[in-house]
Amino acid sequence: MIFPVIVAQGDSSMADNGLLESVLRLVEKVDGGTDSQDVAADLGVDHQVIVGAVKSLQALGEVISAEQKSSRHWELTGEGREIAEQGSHEARVFNAIPDEGLPQNQLMKMPSGKVGFSKAMSNKWIRLDKAHEGGPRVFKTVEAIEDTVRDKLQLVQKGQSAKLEDKEKNELKKRKLLSEVTVKSYWITKGSSFSTTITKQETELTPEMIASGSWKEKKFKPYNFEAMGVAPDCGHLHPLMKVRTQFRQIFLEMGFTEMPTNNFIESSFWNFDSLFQPQQHPARDQHDTFFISDPALAHEFPQDYLERVKKVHSEGGYGSQGARMLYKLAQQKFTPVKYFSIDRVFRNETLDATHLAEFHQIEGVVADYGLTLGNLMGILHQFFTKLGITKLRFKPAYNPYTEPSMEVFSYHEGLKKWVEVGNSGVFRPEMLLPMGLPEGVSVIAWGLSLERPTMIKYGINNIRELVGHKVNLQMVYDSPICRLDS
Amino acid sequence: MPTVSVKRDLLFEALGQKYTDEEFDELCFEFGLELDEITSEKEILIREQGDEKAEGASDVVLYKIDVPANRYDLLCLEGLVRGLQVFKEKLEAPRYKRVSPADGGEPQRLVITEETASVRPHAVAAVLRNITFTQERYESFIELQEKLHQNICRKRTLVAIGTHDLDTISGPFTYTAKPPGEIRFKPLNQSKEYTATELMSLYKTDSHLRHYLHIIENEPLYPIIYDSNGIVLSMPPIINGDHSKISLNTKNIFIECTATDLTKAKTTLDMVVTMFSEYCEEPFTVEGAEVVYPDGRLCVYPELAYRTETLSGDFINKRVGINESAESIAQLLTRMCLRSEVSGEGDLIQVEIPPTRADVIHACDIMEDAAIAYGFNNIVRSTPRTYTIANQLPLNKLTELLRQDLAAAGFTEALTFALCSEEDIADKLRKNIAETRAVHISNPKTTEFQVARTCLLPGLLKTLAANRKMPLPLKLFEISDVVLKDETKDIGARNNRRLCAVYYNKSPGFEVIHGLLDRVMQLLDVKPGRNQGYHIQAAEDSTFFPGRCAEIFSCGKSIGHLGVLHPDVISRFELTMPCSAIDIDIEPFL
Repeated sequence: MIFPVIVAQGDSSMADNGLLESVLRLVEKVDGGTDSQDVAADLGVDHQVIVGAVKSLQALGEVISAEQKSSRHWELTGEGREIAEQGSHEARVFNAIPDEGLPQNQLMKMPSGKVGFSKAMSNKWIRLDKAHEGGPRVFKTVEAIEDTVRDKLQLVQKGQSAKLEDKEKNELKKRKLLSEVTVKSYWITKGSSFSTTITKQETELTPEMIASGSWKEKKFKPYNFEAMGVAPDCGHLHPLMKVRTQFRQIFLEMGFTEMPTNNFIESSFWNFDSLFQPQQHPARDQHDTFFISDPALAHEFPQDYLERVKKVHSEGGYGSQGARMLYKLAQQKFTPVKYFSIDRVFRNETLDATHLAEFHQIEGVVADYGLTLGNLMGILHQFFTKLGITKLRFKPAYNPYTEPSMEVFSYHEGLKKWVEVGNSGVFRPEMLLPMGLPEGVSVIAWGLSLERPTMIKYGINNIRELVGHKVNLQMVYDSPICRLDS
Repeated sequence: MPTVSVKRDLLFEALGQKYTDEEFDELCFEFGLELDEITSEKEILIREQGDEKAEGASDVVLYKIDVPANRYDLLCLEGLVRGLQVFKEKLEAPRYKRVSPADGGEPQRLVITEETASVRPHAVAAVLRNITFTQERYESFIELQEKLHQNICRKRTLVAIGTHDLDTISGPFTYTAKPPGEIRFKPLNQSKEYTATELMSLYKTDSHLRHYLHIIENEPLYPIIYDSNGIVLSMPPIINGDHSKISLNTKNIFIECTATDLTKAKTTLDMVVTMFSEYCEEPFTVEGAEVVYPDGRLCVYPELAYRTETLSGDFINKRVGINESAESIAQLLTRMCLRSEVSGEGDLIQVEIPPTRADVIHACDIMEDAAIAYGFNNIVRSTPRTYTIANQLPLNKLTELLRQDLAAAGFTEALTFALCSEEDIADKLRKNIAETRAVHISNPKTTEFQVARTCLLPGLLKTLAANRKMPLPLKLFEISDVVLKDETKDIGARNNRRLCAVYYNKSPGFEVIHGLLDRVMQLLDVKPGRNQGYHIQAAEDSTFFPGRCAEIFSCGKSIGHLGVLHPDVISRFELTMPCSAIDIDIEPFL
């Protein structure tokens, strides 16, 4: 693929080398440059032809340098040209009147009659005898006249409009004989490699030139570095998945192990009961949760654990993905763990611009002896710093399965206010102990959605443009790489 | 999260201090509330019903405050103010007391008959004596009942509250259940008597009450409370009688809560009386009422139970990550309405849980309150020393690596929904829904969420359809989970990670999709070949064009299909060009 070069407009119609060289010879003669309009006048060709020649010369490299300028300039209108040739209407009227006068009605039939008559009258060149027998008749009042309008127009035609006063020009403009036009021309000076002869330029380096060494003698057409390149033929990753990759990376950098969360269907037991979600909790309502009709029932629960959970509930969501993992952890000799997951969660919700029935939840969990609330805030601080968020504060909140629970707020520089960026807490002992985790082990956890930071990162207002089949592929093609901390 | 709406000026008057919106927002944040919105009745009306309806409405500033779902004690102005005043140490938490009737008379009595057992077996009751209402207090009293009904009472299913002007009725009261045809009374704010059957049809169109009808509608017996003269107090959980309705001038209030959950009923009753006994002649005292069960058991309510928990300062310090003396922790807890003192034994602290704090069920709840009073944002943030080595989930690691290389192969990643309609995975793909092994959802709000997807193809085809205006060819892929029924799993289903790609152009481009298969296999280090390698072989599949479909085998095992899609599939997804596709299971390559 070649790099795009200027295809000088009018390459074909453009003047031949002879004209180009004539232009160059003119430029050679003047020090400090010349105007393309003067060149046109000198060579007696239309200005547009010279403009084409200038562009061709520019395409040859540094032969000339041409700076575009615009000048205002007076030009005759069609009527103006006619007057410059044939005289003004009033002069034509005057000249048409013989010494014995002319009937007015006859005069008026002349092409210039109407305008010429009134103008000649006001110039007092002619008079009207209304009482003349045989009808009104026009007579000359002076012997000879000077047709100043024609003279002035002829001056403009010769390019000497500067000799007229502004008032005069404006008057002619009012009579629609003159018009002021803007002319774009070039101020041409010698370029760094000025020469009066034209050498043919090569467009691209070829293998033959490299082999023969002929490239050393050649001149090459310059590239247009203003143009866009050709888009590479490539595939693209989805922006939400790019952000997911970054979150995974952050967790891995922090030493968190990925949890297996690839089970979209979960039993109410693991999703609610094990999380100390009361059986009457609103989240269990039909409204919020998708329930499965086929298969309708789960089986094979760890029976003794089930009994312990039941006991906790009776005497005493869409939540964490971690219940199964924590249970598994508790079934072996306890070692501290840090877990994370980023996967889809579902809620039976009415959809709008920021809510979908499925979204990705990011979750971090740390289990160790003696973890404190200060630890949770410390680790959240580190996590969010990696996302480029350093100003954090925490608000007391309520989740059924964590106590204490904290909503995480960050200061949004754009909105100039604190916005909620996640939820966090310490898992309740009622949840941990039935699993069989040793007393003294605390489990701290936090969660946030993947979609929200992605929408902020990529400036997307409607979630449906990001997630799902209504995605705008152009947006996917155009989305930059994701570095969350910059 | 419930939202409580309070008049700003009334709130500040009760708090004895004026705040700017920012200052009050800050106080809320610290205490675990959220100043959600600053508005007025007028603004709300304008927003909801337009300028016209709002004319003449009040423009008194309202604060809408979000309250944590377990803090029923903060659901009214009275409770909010009490909580904040104690938090700011401007007020000592009041002590709620149950008392006997002042004149030495008999307490009010509510007798439960056995007929209630089938419909709504529990009831509790109490009396507020010599209360002084103002317009605001009265409104707040009604509003609190509504908030409790919506939250702890779970829309009246668990508990329903009835409040009555005690001076218009006379005990003992009977809580029984009767066939709806036999119940007849004048309900609240109606001008004539109705039978219960008539009421149910009357309220069918009531924007508020119709939501509660289902609770008893199909029961043979409806719950009903009478006084000793046969006057109906209420027909819970639907409506009170008009006779005993309370007004601004009511002095003595009889409160009954009927329930399917006794614990919640007791808590609800405690909330109502603790909040509003403030306005009794003797503040924070509540006159007890007797409840007699069908088996003769007699209980006195409200319980207003205080209980004491003992925990160590060390426990709090260690869990929160602070280092405070037991005395100072006791002080922190006292600010949260948990009156605490150091017991003198080591660093043990005795914490008294008042009846208003039903949310405190474990030491960790007390620990949280200490942390809130200390100020979450005053706690030093520290890094846990937990040393761990990170591991990636092998399946996700493989997915991440393949995604990168599929994009490098010129395909663009799509991200489609895991839930879809039955039609998407069956009819539109020319398959029979019964053969899909799909997991079905019982309560979808729309047809878009009838099933979990069993393959990724419909999502990709829908993505193509939504992007038909883009330049051709369109090359898309997705690596994600589908869900299949699987009896061997405890939940009866399992996820399956699949790779799907489509090529959409003026010509079907089977060779392009085939080339992608070759590339994927190269990436997975599987060579072409019949036994240890991979190969494809002609197959029939209703989704694909006859003779243009092949089954893919790797190491002798079928892993998926590729081919040119059937024209009917193309048109059913509102596409117009030929399209080829590949769909494989990547789990065998782990």
